Amino acid sequence: MNRFYAIVAVLAVVLGLAVFALLRAGGGTAPAAAAGPPPTVADDGFRGYTLGQGSAPVEIAEYVDFECPVCASFATIQMPTIKDQLINTGRVRWRFRDYPLPIHKYSRFAAHAAQCAGAQGHYFDMQDQLFTHHQWAQTGKDPSDLFRSLAQAAGVDLKAYDTCMEAGRYAQRVEFSRQEGDSLRVDGTPTFFANGKKLDFRRLPGSDAFKVIVDSIIAHSPPKPKPQEEHEHLRH
Amino acid sequence: MRHRQAIALLALVGLFVALYLWLHALGFGGAIKCGAAGGCETVQTSQWAVFLGLPVAFYGVVGYCAVVGVALASLRPAALAERRWNVMLVALASVGLLFTIYLTYLELFVIHAICRWCVGSAAIITAIWVVSLLSLRSPATHTDRAVSPPPRDRPA
Repeated sequence: MNRFYAIVAVLAVVLGLAVFALLRAGGGTAPAAAAGPPPTVADDGFRGYTLGQGSAPVEIAEYVDFECPVCASFATIQMPTIKDQLINTGRVRWRFRDYPLPIHKYSRFAAHAAQCAGAQGHYFDMQDQLFTHHQWAQTGKDPSDLFRSLAQAAGVDLKAYDTCMEAGRYAQRVEFSRQEGDSLRVDGTPTFFANGKKLDFRRLPGSDAFKVIVDSIIAHSPPKPKPQEEHEHLRH
Repeated sequence: MRHRQAIALLALVGLFVALYLWLHALGFGGAIKCGAAGGCETVQTSQWAVFLGLPVAFYGVVGYCAVVGVALASLRPAALAERRWNVMLVALASVGLLFTIYLTYLELFVIHAICRWCVGSAAIITAIWVVSLLSLRSPATHTDRAVSPPPRDRPA
């Protein structure tokens, strides 16, 4: 019996050391102020970059984490069809909100990099780069050099980008978006809202799922009065 | 007794698997070590990685702690002959197995990604369940010599 307890003790120590080693091996050095949450949060009035027309009858807000593989998969596989069928046809406006998950070491840093690129008018170019070259999210290594390369490929001026990243200029904006997500009960990424209503999917939705939702919302929306009807109404 | 010892050791391994996933979910360490496919990331970042407001791995830590505790308690000399400990282990293992079946269903048919650590945990809880059933069939038949009552002297 004593031998058994000795085995339990040795096994516990070995397993404890293994867990410690695994956690350490997955770590890295935080690259800049932009990688961590800011000490204070302020609302700068920014509510995310959008795709589509302002007059679109449906707005989809997507809470996204750049390190999340499901978000990358959705962005690269489903989003092109959604753009073609719903956004470019004027039926949907798509709003991107940041929701960096705490389990991801560099998702906040990536969100900040996209915002710095956005300041130069290249948010969506940088978003494409980050999602298309998503291997960075699997390595656990400091991606700051890679992100500079991606920013360059996205057409970003690196001098302004470096200044923006070193200053952590948009750290508060990213954190504000994350806190907004918390208040809306965002519990994972990607999470979607259609005209402010949270969408619950049993699995990662495809473009067809969004087409059905958008069709339903448009079909149940009250028709806008036609100019002629308005004129007739005024006559009475 | 061998069954209970095996359950204690298996649950100890499962406890550290769950502990690693839980600590990762809390933000300790960087990317999860899961191979190139990255199935663990997909599972861990999905909305099903949280259950009743807590990371799913937390329930694994609590469950394995309970199994380790009960298994070790059942190995006390006074408890060795008591069958109720086997029943408790079967009950705990069954709850764990049902939860694991639900999580595995989510991985296969909803999330469409497999986390190797979760597969490891599923294998461990399945093994614990099988061993606990075996212990129920042959309750406390083996006792350690060190704790067996000494042979009585018989009158010549």
